Amino acid sequence: MELSVLLPFIVNVIVGGLVLGFVYAIIALGYTMVYGVLQLINFAHSEVFITGAVVGFEIFRVLQDSAMNGYLKLLLALLAAMTVSGLLNVLIERLAYRPLRGAPRLVPLITAIGVSLILQDVLRFLEGLQGRFDLTYTLPTGFGNKFCATDSTCAPVGNFLRTIGVDVQLKDVILVVVALVSLLVLNYVVNRTRLGKAIRAVSQDRVTAGLMGIDSNRMISATFLIGGSLGGVSGVLFGMKFGTVNAYSGFDPGIIAFTAAVLGGIGSIPGAVLGGLLLGVIQNLIGVMNIFGNLLGFANLGTIDASYSKIGPFIVLVLILIFKPTGLLGKSNVEKV
Amino acid sequence: MTVATPAKPAVRRPVVKPDRTILLVLFFVVTSVLLIISHQPGMMKSLGPFGDVLRNKVVEALVVSLFLANVLFAYLWKAANWAKLLVGIGSLLFVLPLAGQTDTSLLDLSIQIMIFAALALGLNIVVGLAGLLDLGYVAFFAVGAYTWSIFASPRFGEVLKYYGENPGATGSGTLAIGLVLTGVTAGSMLYIRGLHGRMAPTRLSSLSFLLAGFGLLSGIILVGRSILVLASGSAAAVASGINPGFFWLFLALSIMAAAIVGVLIGLPVLRLKGDYLAIITLGLGEVIRVLANNLGLYTAGSQGITPIGSAPVPWFNSLAGSLGFRPDQYSLLFLYVLVLIVIAVILLVNVRLDKSRIGRAWVAIRDDEIAAQAMGVPLMQTKLIAFATGASFAGVMGMIFAAKQTFISPESFNLLQSITVLSMVVLGGMGSFSGVILGAAVVTLLNLRILPGLGEASANVPWIPQEVNPANFNRFIFGSILVAMMLLRPEGLLPNKRVARELHHEDDQEDESEDGNASGLKQGGDVYSAGLATIKEDDRPGGER
Repeated sequence: MELSVLLPFIVNVIVGGLVLGFVYAIIALGYTMVYGVLQLINFAHSEVFITGAVVGFEIFRVLQDSAMNGYLKLLLALLAAMTVSGLLNVLIERLAYRPLRGAPRLVPLITAIGVSLILQDVLRFLEGLQGRFDLTYTLPTGFGNKFCATDSTCAPVGNFLRTIGVDVQLKDVILVVVALVSLLVLNYVVNRTRLGKAIRAVSQDRVTAGLMGIDSNRMISATFLIGGSLGGVSGVLFGMKFGTVNAYSGFDPGIIAFTAAVLGGIGSIPGAVLGGLLLGVIQNLIGVMNIFGNLLGFANLGTIDASYSKIGPFIVLVLILIFKPTGLLGKSNVEKV
Repeated sequence: MTVATPAKPAVRRPVVKPDRTILLVLFFVVTSVLLIISHQPGMMKSLGPFGDVLRNKVVEALVVSLFLANVLFAYLWKAANWAKLLVGIGSLLFVLPLAGQTDTSLLDLSIQIMIFAALALGLNIVVGLAGLLDLGYVAFFAVGAYTWSIFASPRFGEVLKYYGENPGATGSGTLAIGLVLTGVTAGSMLYIRGLHGRMAPTRLSSLSFLLAGFGLLSGIILVGRSILVLASGSAAAVASGINPGFFWLFLALSIMAAAIVGVLIGLPVLRLKGDYLAIITLGLGEVIRVLANNLGLYTAGSQGITPIGSAPVPWFNSLAGSLGFRPDQYSLLFLYVLVLIVIAVILLVNVRLDKSRIGRAWVAIRDDEIAAQAMGVPLMQTKLIAFATGASFAGVMGMIFAAKQTFISPESFNLLQSITVLSMVVLGGMGSFSGVILGAAVVTLLNLRILPGLGEASANVPWIPQEVNPANFNRFIFGSILVAMMLLRPEGLLPNKRVARELHHEDDQEDESEDGNASGLKQGGDVYSAGLATIKEDDRPGGER
């Protein structure tokens, strides 16, 4: 491949990876927050977030013929998904994890796996009742267009992007903006409010926090609510990005997001974001590895293709856990949420 | 003169279980008759409507479970030894094959149950005894299955053909280089290991060990490749797989291959604990599946390998023939007997290991890693042995599974299979051998008979959409098993006594307080453990400590 073609191609791959990475980052926050307070891998988070995607799909489906503004539809979808996913996460904690507080370590973990499996089939059942399995998003018109293709006010930006070879769709830009806004809100809640302070206290030391008058059960519920709402947001974003979801499609992004959380240092918010972005890029790069192979003459690399990008995150996870188990941003006295 | 004998103080006798010999034998006879009748198509027709009820898949599953309950009761109930022996041997060696003679699906089901029982026993060692949650267990099953399948199917001929057409620069020279490289690197690895025994490893020595490891790997690859190229001439001779007589050799090879993979996977990941270990093993299980999907030359990718050969046993066939079996049933019957023998061996190994030094070391690690280490249990080595032992059970059963199915594809080894085996272990009771076998039987019956049976029943009901067919609800069922057992009865259906006591720590406090030292245990969460102890506040399982 010519260099003049290759360079924009690589830039596109990286930009695409970053967009994907934002979705992973938001999912990873759900894992990292719950892990921060309970030291539990919430396996069910992948289903919590796919529930958000399903809710988003339903909202878009119901509203597809209405003349409502596209951004308003998106807002509605996001709010609905946040509410449903957040409450679902709280419900899971209340019914499945709270009775096991203080139980041996394997017990809540196995429970979480079980909850995840149950939710998968419940979701499939609910959509199956209406004869659906694969849910294809019907996005508002214009979301699939190229960014700044027609709008004269931002055409210079769009033209600039296209000259350097980046071709993004409007929905990708929306996705990044939504993700950034959620991150800022989360950062505010965690670091600037009393609630956030209490959550941080509980994650540092539940018993002592209790002595300071913090109701740790309520704070844990609050954490699950926040994590679940973020899951809802990420579900809608995931649906927008990939177009099609089904009840079982939460597994792969769930694992990748968890890897992202570990990569960044579990319990750390900036770490989860960094890890998500890195893994998004890595995954996209592995997906196009064969091109590098052909370019450099390594014919064997040609057999590495998209199906391997599925195992990329696992390899990364093994490597981090072996060489730097605290993650990139994790310190021994990491600030947990 | 008579001396009044003082009244003996009332001795509190342990509760004596009532003798149930008669009940057991009666139950055996009734269920056996029911099983045989329900698998005789001719007899069922003459029974009219009752026969129709018996033919229903769900009812059949119930009959089979009642029948299998024989063995369970023989194990649990107090009864005369002759009765226990009669029921155990009679049901497994006579009644089941007899019923299977007219309906081979019964034999198939029994083999499947025993394969899963062996998997559950293997996972039980890893999860139940050593307390290491392995979510990628089915990978070892896959290794065993592919070890035999690649060689005993047309695949092997095609691999040889490929290397014959693409020899590269490979020849006997490469073989020599490869052998020398392998020998030298293996020797130096052993030497460095010996050095490390005597002095603390330095950075340089660790590095050279790693380097020698890579050298060893490439040496083995070179040797393997050149052997394949040199042997490519006989590609036509093995067009339909190698001589099935190698089955017995491969029975040992599959055990070894799975154990080696277990050690290779275990080496990097066993330093991690608890949930990190779970997710890493899950990942590596997926890695093996993806590899199987993509190494098309060896595994035929997603189309799968078929047909896979089985052992040639003319003496067994003539025996089966004289017992009235049809020639197409020989192979299944043989595998049934083989599986029965293998599981008996596995059970024996399990029981012996459990009582051995290594078994006690596993339990010690599960209960308190630090204390175990302080008592001189070599952590890594003991965990690796647990991994390798569990893996080897899966390996041998994987091979038998491949021989039974005559077809395998990467989809036979997905994550759901690992979860299935885990739910068997959890349902039966972690650490309890009889429990996990019971769990395997229950879950397999659910999976293979009851759910499909319900699915068939609902297929004809017009208002149930195909998407909600109960046959597809296995995730829901397994999930419910996991959650319900963990919430309500974490020690399982047939608990291991030790685990049950551990899990009901608080309940036991009153009893133990007589000893005067229970007060120190009141906190319940003071013991650190990867497996069964509670989570401590500042406990980060991510890294090495």
